[in-house]
Amino acid sequence: MNLGALLAFVRPDLDWHALAPELTLLAVGTLVTVADIALDDKAKRMMPTLTGIGLLVTLVPILTLAVDGAERPMFGGAYVVDDFSLVLKALFILVGYVVVLMSVDYVREGDYYENEYYTLLLTSLLGMVMMASSRDLVSVFVALELLSIPAYMLAAWRKGGPRSNEAGLKYYLMGVFASAVMLYGMSLVFGVAGDTDFGTIAAALRGEGASPIVIVAILFVLIGFAFKVSAVPFHTWAPDTYEGAPTPVTAFLSVASKAAGFVALLGLVFVAFEGAADVVQPFFWVLAAVTMTVGNLIALRQTNIVRMLAYSGVAQGGFMLAPFAVAFEDDAWQLPGTDITTTPYFAIVVYAVIYAFMNLGAFSVVLAVSRRTRSGEISSYGGLFSYAPGMAVLMTLFLAALAGIPPASGFFAKFVVFWALAGAGTPAGWVLAVIVAVNAVIAFGYYARVLQQMWFEPVPEMVALGVDSGGDDELDFAEAADATAEQDEHGDAWLATETRQATMVRFTPGKIPMTGALAAALAITAIATLAFGVLPGLVSHFGEVATFHFGG
Amino acid sequence: MLLNQFLLLGALLFAVGVYGVLARRNGVMVLMSIELMLNAVNLNLVAFGLQHDVVSGQVFALFIIAVAAAEVGVGLAIVLLLYRNRKSIAVDEFDLMKG
Repeated sequence: MNLGALLAFVRPDLDWHALAPELTLLAVGTLVTVADIALDDKAKRMMPTLTGIGLLVTLVPILTLAVDGAERPMFGGAYVVDDFSLVLKALFILVGYVVVLMSVDYVREGDYYENEYYTLLLTSLLGMVMMASSRDLVSVFVALELLSIPAYMLAAWRKGGPRSNEAGLKYYLMGVFASAVMLYGMSLVFGVAGDTDFGTIAAALRGEGASPIVIVAILFVLIGFAFKVSAVPFHTWAPDTYEGAPTPVTAFLSVASKAAGFVALLGLVFVAFEGAADVVQPFFWVLAAVTMTVGNLIALRQTNIVRMLAYSGVAQGGFMLAPFAVAFEDDAWQLPGTDITTTPYFAIVVYAVIYAFMNLGAFSVVLAVSRRTRSGEISSYGGLFSYAPGMAVLMTLFLAALAGIPPASGFFAKFVVFWALAGAGTPAGWVLAVIVAVNAVIAFGYYARVLQQMWFEPVPEMVALGVDSGGDDELDFAEAADATAEQDEHGDAWLATETRQATMVRFTPGKIPMTGALAAALAITAIATLAFGVLPGLVSHFGEVATFHFGG
Repeated sequence: MLLNQFLLLGALLFAVGVYGVLARRNGVMVLMSIELMLNAVNLNLVAFGLQHDVVSGQVFALFIIAVAAAEVGVGLAIVLLLYRNRKSIAVDEFDLMKG
């Protein structure tokens, strides 16, 4: 290359205001790392504070951009900041903030590497924030990897814990395999369309029709994302990863990572694959029906609460996938009191927002209760109301929301999905709507089991310390000294697979050791869950804003 | 241009990679199979890019090469961690959690 060509290069004009949220996140991540290097041990205690403040500061440019309201395409349309992306960016940042609140004491008491934990969390969030703006195959891919790679490391965070190792390995292998399948599909899409941006792809697919190569290309891309949102039959990694990973990371994966997958799907399906409705709709119909049903049926027989929430998350993902099956039908019914013209799109955004807060809330309660019980078994919730009534009430609220009982927020989410399906007015839509309704009833079965334990069962005398007592088990940092003793005693018990039966320890009920951060996480999620339930106008406003400028 | 030949080679490499991921027990071999799959994608992208005479195919391939390097770096770290804890990298032996 000659020097003249090099000097002739002109930097493209950058819209700094539009990029401000991403740049702020990047700056906070760098600051956290630099502070750790410069201040050594002194910095450890301020890591969560720094991260939390950084996340709240990131909300400022998002707000100013929202007030401004202009659509800002950048990099030749590959990266667009519009109302849709801003709503979801704000959601990701808020979810990240709650996860930081949940992590503070867990990470500190577990004596893990604090700086790296928060840096990876911020990096993953940066990937999610970028995903909301991506309108091009390349930027979708880069955002997906940026959010996934730190998540693999977070899942394997407890380096000495065999289950955390296994969680990381399974998540990693499934994740990269899914990326490779998705990329192969993308390469075929590129071959058909001749470019990577969504607009060109949509035009090319409309002209091409459902030729074999288009079918293969679209199915491969969608299957890649089906892994990401843990849809059956690509869900096998989820329960194991959720159970083995540290609980705050599980909450992060089950909410933020899944929402990011849905954000990518929204862009791909509603914009890029808009011309291939014949391929997309039947695929999602089958995927949603199978995901809901299988997820719910397996959740029914879980005894560990984290695994139960994992399968419940799979089933909830099925509810979120369902509106894709009628994505391109004409709306027969309009939601009363709104101007929405694409109800399926609106339903997915609303469900994702509501699901984020109710699921984070449920995980916060699990985290808080385990500080006392040191167990993840559902049976250890027996008599929770008698010694920790506040926790029992909060858990009831979140489980009612997940089950879809009014006035908690989940009811509105399920209602909108049902409305979108039935309102499409096609036989396929009606059948899927019935499947959604039946599944909502099945789901009530396992949520009610936890409720029954908390309110009506006596306090158990013995609780199981998880499935294998290999010392470094999940959820047992409440009494660090005990945990260490456990570890010495059973130091290498996990090596032998046959010693996997649960270890029972005596349990004395008492006040749950709360901390300010955990209480704040519970308060935020509880207020959001209640507010979205009582005033659905709040969440549907955001859904409407997001819909108008992107799907509608 | 001989687009077909490139696509066939790509499909073959991808299939070999998928077989390797599903059938191999050794963690490092699984990682190498994933690399095969990603390189099949690169081949496709470059071939299609030439056919359409656009540069974005090659740009996409460069992005994939860079990201794959980061991905495999993390993968090798996880495999190394497992080896330190269990003295084995056979991926099918990790079955503490089921159901």
